[in-house]
Amino acid sequence: MKAHLSRRYLFSASHRLHSEAMSDVENQTTYGKCNNPYGHGHNYIVEVTLSGQVDQQTGMVCNLVDLDGFMEREVLSRFDHENLNMMKEFAQKVPTTENLCIQIYEIVHRGFQHAHLERVRLEETMMNSFEYSGDNASR
Amino acid sequence: MVYLTRKAEFAASHYYHNPDFSPEENRRVFGKCNNLNGHGHNYVLEVTVKGEVDPRSGFVIDLKQLKDVMHREVLDAMDHRFLNKEVPEFLHQIPTTENIAIAIWQRLVSKLQTAKLHRVRIYETPDLFVDFYGEA
Repeated sequence: MKAHLSRRYLFSASHRLHSEAMSDVENQTTYGKCNNPYGHGHNYIVEVTLSGQVDQQTGMVCNLVDLDGFMEREVLSRFDHENLNMMKEFAQKVPTTENLCIQIYEIVHRGFQHAHLERVRLEETMMNSFEYSGDNASR
Repeated sequence: MVYLTRKAEFAASHYYHNPDFSPEENRRVFGKCNNLNGHGHNYVLEVTVKGEVDPRSGFVIDLKQLKDVMHREVLDAMDHRFLNKEVPEFLHQIPTTENIAIAIWQRLVSKLQTAKLHRVRIYETPDLFVDFYGEA
C-alpha cells in the first residue's frame, strides 16, 4: 500500500530581499522591511513529504536514518546559520522563501533515491509557509 | 464537496522487530526502535472525511458520530496499549507509523455514515507524520 511520510527539520539563516533588477525605490516598495541592507533572520522549518509503497519487511516507506542523514548532509549543514545572500545558489536569485523552497526541492529531488519526493514545504515564520511540488505537479 | 478534520490523541508503546531478520539486521535497520522492551509516543490522529453539506443539518458528518467511531474503533483499542502485544493488526506486523495509519484507515473506512473517509494522518512526534489515502 502507498503511504506518504512527512518529516520536519529546523534551520536558522539570514537573508535580505533585494533585486538587482530594481531601483532602490522599487526594492524598498516591493520588499519593505525585508530590504533592510543589514539583513534579518528566520528559524525555517522544512517539511519534506515522500511517498512510496510500505515495504513488507520493514513497514516503512523509507528508513528515517537515510532521510535524516541526507537532510543533515545536503540541506541543514548547507543552510543552517548561513547568510543566504552570500551563497552561490543565490548569487543571481533573490533568497525569498519561494526560491529557497524550490532550491531545497531540487536538492532532495536530485539526491534522495529511497522514496519519491512529493513536496517540500517551507515555513518562514509560523504565519508564512510555501510549498513546491515540482513543475509538473498534478496537485 | 467539503472536507472536515477531527483530531484525537492517544499514548501507546511499540518496538520495531522483524523475526525474519537476524538480531544484527534488526538493530541495523531499526536502530533504537528495536529495543524489545518497547518505547512510547503521544500519537496525534487526524481523520479527514469529505462529503456534500446536508442542506437540512448543515453538516458533512455528525461530529458526535465521527468522535464516537474514532473512540470505539481506534482509541479504545490503542490508547495506553503496547501495540505489538495488544492490538491484533500488530501481532504479526511491525507497528510503524505507516502501518498504524493503514490499520486506522481499515478500522474506520466502513464505519462512517454520510461522509467518505479521505485521509488518515498520524503524528508519531510533531516532526514526523504519515498520511494514508487508501491507495493500493
